[in-house]
Amino acid sequence: MFGFFRRRKSRDALKERLKLVLSYDRAKLTPGKMEELKSELLTVIGKYFPSDAEDYDVRFEQQGDRMVLVANLPIKSKR
Amino acid sequence: MNAKAIVVTSGKGGVGKTTTTANVGAALAKLGEKVCVVDTDVGLRNLDVVMGLEGRVVFDLIDVFEGRCKLRQALIRDKRVDTLHLLAASQTKDKSALSEQRMQETVKHLLEDEGFDRVVIDSPAGIESGFRTAASAATGALVVVNPEVSSVRDADRIIGLLEAREITEVRLIVNRLRPAMVKRGDMLEVDDVLEILGVKLIGIVPEDEHILISTNVGSPASLDSAGSKSSASQAFRNIARRIRGDEVPYLQFDEKRGFMAGLRKLFGGA
Repeated sequence: MFGFFRRRKSRDALKERLKLVLSYDRAKLTPGKMEELKSELLTVIGKYFPSDAEDYDVRFEQQGDRMVLVANLPIKSKR
Repeated sequence: MNAKAIVVTSGKGGVGKTTTTANVGAALAKLGEKVCVVDTDVGLRNLDVVMGLEGRVVFDLIDVFEGRCKLRQALIRDKRVDTLHLLAASQTKDKSALSEQRMQETVKHLLEDEGFDRVVIDSPAGIESGFRTAASAATGALVVVNPEVSSVRDADRIIGLLEAREITEVRLIVNRLRPAMVKRGDMLEVDDVLEILGVKLIGIVPEDEHILISTNVGSPASLDSAGSKSSASQAFRNIARRIRGDEVPYLQFDEKRGFMAGLRKLFGGA
């Protein structure tokens, strides 16, 4: 609860780094390939919906036993 | 664990596989099981020196594989616990002498013909032929991990490879935990490691000078008398009991704040 004022714990940094690196290891995908995937996804989605290239997020997420690819691509809404 | 043949592995070197094999093997034997510990680190054998049996090696695993001796001739009986036996690795051959088929035959022979209750197989580091040979004869695995970045990453890889081999009883030993560092937030907690790796825990072994001292003199710490103050040797004895199916509570290394999830909640988190 006082963590905000303290230096960030190295434990937390390691936990985040491990989760990220293992998600790539498990998917047998390099971070570079992931960037390619992201930009291709955006191109495809962009054909159907104008999306905001600044504000997207594609990542792996552990859901129970399985690893899922989560893409969060906000759609620009015009009224 | 139902597995009678258990491989001790980690991916990364230097995390405590050999120490774990010696201590868990000795503790199981002390509980009355007839145990054979097998060193598969051909070319870099060390289980013999860790156990203090280096002076008695005549034949080794590769001699057995290549028919230069009978299996029984290569078994070294430990004089401290007479149900404990060592099958040493070869120091002069290299990994090309290994064979998954010979390994499987040898372990089968130990369990079915020589009357062993448990075979504990010390795997070499890495994911290549040495690991594959060690794992080929096992139906259970103890994955040894240190709470640090490279060990956890390598353990994840090893767990994937074990699962691909359909070794279903995979259990985790968190070794060399430093409670003071965990307390100040500079070391992964056991729960973090479990969350990241997603396997069942079977032991938490604290960093303990006594382990180095006991390997210096070639006497597994788990053979210490029950009055020993070493928490690591107690932790290894507890692992042996859990392998045998006993419910043994985990040791607390800090009376003010435990690092297990339930206790953290109990004491109010943060």
